[in-house]
Formats: sequence, C-alpha cells, structure tokens
Amino acid sequence: MTAGFFYLFSVLAVGSAAMVILAKNPVHAVLFLILTFFNAAGLFVLLGAEFLAMLLIVVYVGAVAVLFLFVVMMLDVDFAELKAGFIKNAKVGALVGGVVLAELVALFAFQGLTLAPARTAAAAIPSDLSNTEALGRLIYTKYVYFFQGAGMILLVAMIGAIVLTLRHREGVKRQSISEQVARGPATALEVIKVPSGGSVIPAAAKVSVRAAE
Amino acid sequence: MIDALATFMTDYGWTLLTLVGFSLLMLLGLLFIIAYLLLMDRKVWAAVQMRRGPNVVGPFGLLQSFADLLKFAFKEPLIPAGADKAVFLLAPLATATCALAAWAVIPVNENGLGKWVISDLNVGILYILAISSLGVYGVIMGGWASNSKYPFMGSLRSAAQMVSYEVSIGLVIICVLLCVGSLNMTAIVNSQKDGIGTGLGLAPSLIDWHWLALFPMFVVFFISALAETNRPPFDLPEAESELVAGFMVEYASTPYLLFMLGEYVAITTMCALTTILFLGGWLPPVDIWPLNEVPGILWFLLKVVAVFFMFAMVKAFVPRYRYDQLMRLGWKVFLPLSLVMVVLTAGVLHFGGLAP
Repeated sequence: MTAGFFYLFSVLAVGSAAMVILAKNPVHAVLFLILTFFNAAGLFVLLGAEFLAMLLIVVYVGAVAVLFLFVVMMLDVDFAELKAGFIKNAKVGALVGGVVLAELVALFAFQGLTLAPARTAAAAIPSDLSNTEALGRLIYTKYVYFFQGAGMILLVAMIGAIVLTLRHREGVKRQSISEQVARGPATALEVIKVPSGGSVIPAAAKVSVRAAE
Repeated sequence: MIDALATFMTDYGWTLLTLVGFSLLMLLGLLFIIAYLLLMDRKVWAAVQMRRGPNVVGPFGLLQSFADLLKFAFKEPLIPAGADKAVFLLAPLATATCALAAWAVIPVNENGLGKWVISDLNVGILYILAISSLGVYGVIMGGWASNSKYPFMGSLRSAAQMVSYEVSIGLVIICVLLCVGSLNMTAIVNSQKDGIGTGLGLAPSLIDWHWLALFPMFVVFFISALAETNRPPFDLPEAESELVAGFMVEYASTPYLLFMLGEYVAITTMCALTTILFLGGWLPPVDIWPLNEVPGILWFLLKVVAVFFMFAMVKAFVPRYRYDQLMRLGWKVFLPLSLVMVVLTAGVLHFGGLAP
C-alpha cells in the first residue's frame, strides 16, 4: 500500500516536473510546478514527516507559487521569441546538462547505489514525541545558530528587496489616516461673520481659488 | 487470491470503508447546513435592510437554496471562446475541492465514542492553513483563464489580498498554539477546559476559552477571516460596483455553483476555526448540570452559527473597503499587532510559568 502510494506520488512528481519544462504556456508550467510541490509533499507524508509536508504546501504552494503565477500571468510572453532563444542557447544548455549528467553517472559508477543517503536509516524519533516536537527540539537546541543564521539571511534579503524597490515620488497625493483622524473643528472650520448685504471670501477659499487659476 | 484480498480487507479495507462512510456523512451534513447558512445569510441581510428576503419557495423560503441548486445545475454552462478551457473548468473544481478538503481534520465533538473527526492529524491546524491557502488558486486560475479584463483584475486583487491576510492569520494561530502546546485540533479545544476562570476557582466556563485571554487576537482573527474568505467589507475581488462580478464574471451554471459553494464552505471553515481556536469548540458555556448534558456537537453547531451570524451582520452594515485601505490594514496594522502579541504571549507564558 505504502509502496503503491510512493510510486503514484513519484511518477506524478517526475511527470509534472517534466511538464514544467515541456509546457508551451508559462502559466500551465507554473500550474504543473504546483502539482510537483503537491506530490513532493505527499512523499514527505509517506516518510512520516507530516510537518515538513504541510510546511512545503504552506510556503511553496501557498505563497511562493502564487507570486510566480502572479508574475507570469502579467508578462506578455511572445512564444516565437522564446523559441528563437531556445536554439541560440541550446549549445550552452546542452553543455551544462551534459556536465551534470556525467557527474551523476560517475557518482553511480564509482559509489553505487548502496551509499545513497536514503539507504541509511535516520535515527528513530522517540515514540512519545510528535514529529513537530522532535523537529522543534532539534532546531532550537542543537542547530539554533544555523537556524538564526538562516533567519538573518532571509531578513537581509527581505530588507534588500524593499530598499531596492522603494522610491519616494514627489507630488503624489497620499491619504494620511492619522491626519484625517486628528482633524477637528479647530482645523477644519472657519467661522466668519458676514455683514448683511455684503460678502466675504474666507481665507482658505481664497488660497484654493488662487491655486485653481 | 482470496487470501490476499482478505488480508487487504483486514489491513486497509475496513479503514478505507469507514473513512469513506464518515467523509460522506460529514460532507452531506456540511452541505445541508451550508444550504441553510446561505439562506440565513440572505435573511439576515434582508432583515437589516427591512426587507423579507427569500420567502416564496417552501414555508418561509426554507427551500430556496435547493431551488437555487436545481436552477444552477440545469442551466447551460458557457465557456468563452477565448478562454483556456482546461484551466477555466479546473478553477471552480479546485476551489470547491480545497474548501471541502479542510473539513477532514475539523473535530466536531468528543465523547465516550471518541473524537468525532475524520482524520485526527497531529498537524491539524497546519493542514487547515495549507488547504485554506490553496483557495487563492481557484480565484487566480479562474480570473486568468477567462481571458477578459474584469476577471483578471479581480483575480489580481484577490491574490494579493489573500496572501496578505494569511500572514496575520498565521501569527494569530501561533499565539493560540503557544497557549496550547499542540498542533492537534482536539487538543486545542481540550486545552480550553481550564484557564482564567478555573484559575480563580470557578467552574469551567466560557471565560476559560481563548477569546478572553487573547481578546485582541480574537478580533484580528475575525477580521482576517473576513478578508481571507473575500467576504464584505473585503469583497474587492468581486466588487460589483467596480468589476461587475470580479473573477466570476464569465462563469455560469455549475462552474459558478462550484465557486459559490467553495466560497461558502470556506466561510463555514473559518467559522468552525474561530469556534475551535477561540470559543471552546464543543465545550458547554458553563459546565453545570443541564448544560453539560447537551451533546457537544450541538454546542459546536450553535457556536458556528453564531459566528456566521456575525459574518452576515458585518456584510449587512459595513461599507466596502478601498483597496489601499485594505492593504494598509493588513500590513501596517494587523501584522505588527499580531507580531507583538506573539512575543507578548510567549513572554507571559515563559516568565509566568504558564507554558504548557
């Protein structure tokens, strides 16, 4: 049963990963990418790592892939231009792909499959601990510096992105909520005594009339 | 062959059959309740505006939702010529499926028979968070596949809105989890059996539930839930005065029904989640004789309906937000507030010696 699900998830994962590259429409490619994430999460569940599986879906499917989709949908993609680029870059792509393939083949040829990390069983989680609790104890004690380091890198990346894209434009009218809330009769109202038969233009209106001219 | 089948049946078959049975029971019950929640939504809205609401089909309009169902099912499904057909039809299906899938881990009661839940997942609350974050895909896919500008704008708005409010919902849930010490939904409810009230020597009652101890978070969660489910006053993706019907403009018939169903199931999920996280789930309001004899599922239902009533009232009397105000509320008010509350809650629990 577990083996059946493993093959189901892995075949779907590999198949949809292939479709990410093969799909002509970039939006379809991103949707296949989401399917790949799902199947990877399924594989995590089979491994008994349900926390990681949920995290994968929350972070990658729920946030990262949404932004991908967002960007891809807004792009005006010209398929003919893309295909022209494919032929131009095919040599470089083939070279990089060939090197990686050669490395993998060399690894299997010299080491064999027996030393693959999946074959060495991980230390079992104590049965009275849940998956999440065990992970928490490990991350916040043994690997706390790495964890904090990863957090710092993400923070720097985030601030960097904000600094790169933030620009203050002059002359843009913005709503200031605090200013609106602080506005009272003293600042918004001007009480003027109008003599009977005469007329008075209030000071604020004079300013706006001049601005309009 | 027979032996193999027998082993399969004893190992997996019965589990599978009971799971399918429970799922069907849950789905039927849920859809039946949603049919009446939909009616209630319209009736409350009508009552606030001093109208009668639907009152023709059946006594007091009680069969209105079923009449709507038949009408939707028998109309002609239209697919625009320029639409991406596969994605166009996948979108409502994804919305409805994801919304219904969340109910796999929502417990509705616990008594001598055990926990009334289809799958008692250890990471239940994370599962809900993951599934509810998928709701946005139906909207984006529907808006893009329609190949038309109003649906597309609606889906762009919705994507940004749902991703923004998910952040504050996540932080609110973290606050609750800090008080509970578990990600299991049943454990979250059971941890509300004692709290402020029992600390003062009173009987277990409604002041033990998280809504009082984490009151600011309760408010933030309720408002974020409105935004996450695209309910008024945050229904910008389908703001009819600006975008006709947002991402649903091009949909008709059963696909539209699926969108509508998914939306209402998601709303009910959020009501159930509010009940479980803050309102003590199936616990009676005061643990004394006549009240604690009432079956827990009735209390659960009552609380869900009460939260839904609040959803309906908000729809009736709060004007729609402007888009930049919505983003301001999410990122500049709720995010800092909930972040501070996470730190505060963790600090109080740690230094007060209350951590579970």
